[in-house]
Amino acid sequence: MSSSTQTASRDLAAREPARPRARPSRRPAGGGTGRWAAWAFLLPLLAYLIAFYAYPLYRNLDLSLRDYTVRSFVQGDAPFIGLANYREVVDNPTFLPALTHTVVFTAASLVLQFGIGMALAVFFHQHFRLSATLRALFLVPWLLPLIVSASTWSWMLNSEAGVVNTFLGVLGVDPVNWLTSPDWSLASVIIANVWIGIPFNLVLLYSGLQGIPPQIYEAAALDGTTGWQRFWRLTFPLLRPVSAITLLLGLVYTLKVFDIIWIMTKGGPADSSTTLATWSYQLGFGSLLPQFGPGAAVGNLLIVAALAFGLVYIRVQRRQGGTA
Amino acid sequence: MKSFGRRQRTLGVALAALVAAGGAVACSSGDSSGGAAGGTYAIWDPYPQFDDSSAWVKLLTKCGTDAGVTVTRTGYDTTDLTNKALLAAQQNNSPDVLIVDNPVVSTLAEAGVLTTTEETRLDTSAMEPNLLSAGQSGGKTYGVPIGANTLALYYNKAVLAAAGVDPASLTDWAALNAALAKVTAAGKKGITFSAIGTEEGSFQFLPWFWGSGAQLTKLDSPEGVAAVSLWTDWLKKGHAPNSVINNTQTTSWQEFASGDFAFAENGTWQVANAKKLGFEYGIIAIPGKDGGTAPAPTGGEFVTIPVQKQTDRYTASQKLVTCLTSSDNLLATDTTLSYIAPTATVQAKQVAENPELKVWVDAVGAARGRTGDDLGTKYPKVSEQMWKAVQAALSGSKTPQAALAEAQSAAAAATK
Repeated sequence: MSSSTQTASRDLAAREPARPRARPSRRPAGGGTGRWAAWAFLLPLLAYLIAFYAYPLYRNLDLSLRDYTVRSFVQGDAPFIGLANYREVVDNPTFLPALTHTVVFTAASLVLQFGIGMALAVFFHQHFRLSATLRALFLVPWLLPLIVSASTWSWMLNSEAGVVNTFLGVLGVDPVNWLTSPDWSLASVIIANVWIGIPFNLVLLYSGLQGIPPQIYEAAALDGTTGWQRFWRLTFPLLRPVSAITLLLGLVYTLKVFDIIWIMTKGGPADSSTTLATWSYQLGFGSLLPQFGPGAAVGNLLIVAALAFGLVYIRVQRRQGGTA
Repeated sequence: MKSFGRRQRTLGVALAALVAAGGAVACSSGDSSGGAAGGTYAIWDPYPQFDDSSAWVKLLTKCGTDAGVTVTRTGYDTTDLTNKALLAAQQNNSPDVLIVDNPVVSTLAEAGVLTTTEETRLDTSAMEPNLLSAGQSGGKTYGVPIGANTLALYYNKAVLAAAGVDPASLTDWAALNAALAKVTAAGKKGITFSAIGTEEGSFQFLPWFWGSGAQLTKLDSPEGVAAVSLWTDWLKKGHAPNSVINNTQTTSWQEFASGDFAFAENGTWQVANAKKLGFEYGIIAIPGKDGGTAPAPTGGEFVTIPVQKQTDRYTASQKLVTCLTSSDNLLATDTTLSYIAPTATVQAKQVAENPELKVWVDAVGAARGRTGDDLGTKYPKVSEQMWKAVQAALSGSKTPQAALAEAQSAAAAATK
């Protein structure tokens, strides 16, 4: 594959010197207007990027560097205070728990989503009867609006009337205060988030599996490998690029998960399921008196974390590209 | 080829024009409502449930006609309205009349968004002082209450009768605790309320907090600890379900509506739903620790006049507000909203029409503004620490004493 593209590009390079001769004949017709048209085409995209990406990011940064009160928000004269908001956020007693919860939430969600998604993908790759139907059913969590799935989970996990505790009762297990006990609330939101994340992992890994030529498995089978060996020696390494992008997208997505937690526990009780994302919202919009500055600061910390992992991914991908 | 190039160009120009036009539209919309647009006056309210055919909107239109102006009304979700009002003020785009939830008034006043009643010559003399206090800060009044609601205890008559409890005897915490023990012993559930980690949780906790004699300025007083311990003990003894920690007032009401609960702490706004319960219910005021009626927090909205660049607009706005808060209109509005009127005269009329409202009028009479006592914009910060402490204690992660001590030091740091 790669050698053929290389020869193709070499061919192009060989033909390149011929180009300048063809160009001048076209130039007078297009000329400067062509460039204007190009700019005109670029303009909407630029305007879009500036209006919806650059400006909000700039505003968020600006918010986090100023001392906003409701009064200065309205008057627009909030004093610049440098990194004081960040210092305040880091010194806040909520910061360490929120950071720990974010790490635990993200790591546990990723490992479980990826593990279960991988198992299901391999399972459905067997192409048995009804596999397509069952696979479609597994996509349901992904299609539901988050508010629906999160509300359903919070009903199911309700201490008094929830179906989960009723079921545990049938099995003779004491009811668990899933959402109202500080020991369980984080686990509960992780369970819900894993359930929502499985389809995403399943779909990506399944499509990755379909990209592996079946001949490899045939050859391995001829060599007398066991199923486990085939998975660890063939499937897993061959899926590495797909796995990397699945995990990275999952990571960025999980870092910013907010709706599920907010709907199920509001980050409580006693901050026991607060992550950086819910804390940022709590600061900015959760009380009667908005604290825009610290809220924006927490949000920016999250963006930086996601960005750092994005760079790690590009790094890894480049190295993989080099060896492949 | 050439014509294609031209088409590209026209497309580009058209797109550029679109962008420019979009910007112009955005600007012009900002200008038109900020400046004097003939006789058009904007009113924002937190009652999106009412459409143009409702009595409420008709009343707004009529008041506009009487004041000689045209009224354009927008209904927002109440949680949205604070941010909308702040943003509008930032862009010099405030409505002429803003109807807003009472604990937000002091925040908007602090932001310099609202005029004082002194400036706009609004008469607030007929209003009950305890209701008016929620809209006062630093000795100034920033609006007129349009109606009030508050909390009381709904009870299930059958459940109490089966347990042998006389609701009339429930005049202090000891009697209530004894009643809850009897109800639980009889195999029913005790009490449901909302202790969710939002303002709603604080709203529901305040009657017990104030009923113990505690003050918002000192959360960890022995009285405050007693109030948190009361709730915590209910959960420990099984008098209240563990789900209260995540209950909103609506989910708490649904628990009560199941018919298993003896008591539910809920608000005036449920009076209409209570008739659909399917069982006999009664209402008593929330008892104070050592007897008497505990002061519950006041809910309900204020009619305010936001600051305008053109101060001559206040004259018509003042007429609008006076019309909305006149006795006849208050009676109609508060009946629609299931509120208690803010003036004694109209309250008397309400009770004459519907004697059931008597207990609510008494409860509103004993109620207290959350931002009163000159707490103003400090209240939201104190309240946040308070609901956190209640949640920490109820979920067992801290003792009531430790939770409140921590809340007090956090609140003190935040309100410094």
